[in-house]
Amino acid sequence: MNFDFSDDQKMLKDQARKFLDDKCTLADVRKILESDASHDDAVWQGLCELGFAGAAVPEAYGGLGLGALELCVLAEELGRCVAPVPFSSSIYLAAEALKLFGSEEQKLTWLPKIASGEIIGTIAATEGAQAPSPNSVKSKFSNGKLSGTKIPVADGETASVAIVLVNTGGSGEQALSLAVVDLTDASVTRSPVNTIDPTRGHAEIIFDNTPAELLGNEGEGWSAYKRVEAGAAVLVAFEQVGGAEAALTMAKEYALDRYAFGRQIGSYQAIKHKLADMYVKLELARSNCYYGAMALSSDASDLEIAAATARIAATEAYRFAAQENIQTHGGIGFTWEANPQFHYRRSKLLALSLGSASRWKDRLISELEKSNVA
Amino acid sequence: MDFNDTPEEAKFRSEVRTWLEQNAKLRDPASAKAGRSEKSEAERLVRAKQWQAKKAAAGYAAITWPTEFGGLGGTPIQSVIYSQEEAAFEVPRGFFEIGLGMCIPTMMKWATPEQNERYVKPALYGEEVWCQLFSEPAAGSDVAGLRTKAEKDGDEWVINGQKVWTSGAHFCDYGIIVTRSDPTVPKHKGLTFFFLDMKTPGIEIRPIKQMSGDSGFNEVFFNDVRIPDSQRLGDVGEGWKVSLTTLMNERLAIGQGAGVDYEELLKLARETELENGPAIKDSNVREKMADWYVQSQGLKYTKFRTLTALSKGQVPGAESSIGKIVSGPKMQDLASFAMDIQGQGGIMQDVDESPMAGAFQNQWIGAAGYRIAGGTDEILRNIVSEQVLGLPQDIRVDKTVPFNELASSKKS
Repeated sequence: MNFDFSDDQKMLKDQARKFLDDKCTLADVRKILESDASHDDAVWQGLCELGFAGAAVPEAYGGLGLGALELCVLAEELGRCVAPVPFSSSIYLAAEALKLFGSEEQKLTWLPKIASGEIIGTIAATEGAQAPSPNSVKSKFSNGKLSGTKIPVADGETASVAIVLVNTGGSGEQALSLAVVDLTDASVTRSPVNTIDPTRGHAEIIFDNTPAELLGNEGEGWSAYKRVEAGAAVLVAFEQVGGAEAALTMAKEYALDRYAFGRQIGSYQAIKHKLADMYVKLELARSNCYYGAMALSSDASDLEIAAATARIAATEAYRFAAQENIQTHGGIGFTWEANPQFHYRRSKLLALSLGSASRWKDRLISELEKSNVA
Repeated sequence: MDFNDTPEEAKFRSEVRTWLEQNAKLRDPASAKAGRSEKSEAERLVRAKQWQAKKAAAGYAAITWPTEFGGLGGTPIQSVIYSQEEAAFEVPRGFFEIGLGMCIPTMMKWATPEQNERYVKPALYGEEVWCQLFSEPAAGSDVAGLRTKAEKDGDEWVINGQKVWTSGAHFCDYGIIVTRSDPTVPKHKGLTFFFLDMKTPGIEIRPIKQMSGDSGFNEVFFNDVRIPDSQRLGDVGEGWKVSLTTLMNERLAIGQGAGVDYEELLKLARETELENGPAIKDSNVREKMADWYVQSQGLKYTKFRTLTALSKGQVPGAESSIGKIVSGPKMQDLASFAMDIQGQGGIMQDVDESPMAGAFQNQWIGAAGYRIAGGTDEILRNIVSEQVLGLPQDIRVDKTVPFNELASSKKS
């Protein structure tokens, strides 16, 4: 039984943690919250200089050629410090989509620049306040041109390339395809959009006869998109675990520090049991994440099940830790100058950015119905 | 990352497997969860003793014990490997766990070499069965609040009082007991610990009928029961310290969780028709099933993390403490929901009429007790918050006050 990360992977995690503890404190994150910046460029550039953006990109395309397990340990650290960087958009989603479905030429064009951090990539699927689906995606792609509106798009203002979920005609799932689009084209209009978590920039992107090319086969976009989502779900789950642990730590420190009715509030069972429940949910999530990591790194046939399981558990752990952290703080926790808001915002952002828990639960049961488990 | 054995572990597993194949028969997977045995407890005890003797002779009855006590001198992971392999075989269980897991390790630490010479081997070979006499009617979670009185009389102690929730007392040969020898000092300081022959005059054992209808536990009454001072473990007044040895020896809970889980719920949901179609297509049913699946997997992979630490020779992390906090309420809620799916018919607890012979109904009843036995949900949360997270203990009003001056509903 060797259900753990390797010593090298743990060293990489320590390295990331040291860098982020120094350069990405909550005071740094607050600067992004209180500015119009889409992300913290100093932190982002620092991560890229350490080679992290290209960690899982093959050496042939300018990366370090490491694997998914290395991305998992980095993700946990990014989540812990609520990093305001485009790592998930550019790496878990755009780079992974290119690796999985890109032609050799597409990989050569985009991956080296993404791996070095020279450009940012993203994925653009959602069109308004409903989940993207074969029924809801209207952005039209034909004859090499794309028209339509995607909103909200993570890092949509700063990204140079987007993987876009497009409608190529036909019915049901076959209507959808993936396309690669150069966002610097003059036909692209972008504007910022307000979200619950301003530490991660989001935009509306309008395509108007924008040059684009298919990524993967026409009519296979929906299954390709879901495969990309499954991989990203595992990585985001590690961010959620990192965030949940940080929120638990914040709540614990406050409970030890704060006195009420003549004693530490952490000595009351109402608070102790709340924090114990945070810990239980966190450890269940971490264990499920480990299995997700194993499935992702081996591209296992049960990746969909493993990813959904990790995501559902981690979403719940972070939701609970973030909201009960504010509750543990009492009134001060609801103020602008206090820090619990960072986790509250980020936990909901991550809970929704790859689709809601309900949707993943349905995906999970659908897979279990198909598999031998049932 | 992988789930594979190390070469040494694989070798041990194959040795164990070979031995089991030669000495036991494989379990029929269909009846794996059937639960109740047809045989009487007395018959099962005879079979269990025979099996225990065989297992002890092969060295597998106490893998981690030192060889001088008849153990194999093995590692915790070897013990886990044995349990994993044994789980696939039809072997008697449920008679020696408390004796070998808690009582005898306490003896090993506190009894004289002569006493251990006398008692350890017969317990290991299943010739003598042991029970643990800790809980009392007024001392459950707060076990140090116990009242059973021990008074010195020459070279003997006279015991009066009542113990409760004593598993197996009616078939046990020996027991360990903690008593109050001095009620005039604060409660943890006035306790004294003994072992005793369960056939000693003055002991009366009455089964407790649980709300499930089963009787796995007993009340044990002590009426002028005399124990020689030579059977005292630890010093007079040091009984709490000895008790902690017992409690720390609670076995590493690695075995597969019993009972119905999401697989059975999935099966039920497929076979049950609701107003709008099969239950499996109902979004509420799907969402709940997903939650329980995720919890089950989380527990399974948490065990794998614990096993990984053991495999590397490390002490498992605190994550191993979450198991029962999650599994108790899950058993209860899942069973209750499965009964809801059965609609009006869910009230039936009937081997022939209820789905899966009433397994959900049985579990719904039983889970209410599981959440209390061996540490309530609430006590376990205290343990996690204090020992894992480092939060302060509750403010205690009973730490410095003499025991006989403490507030209680029943004055001793």
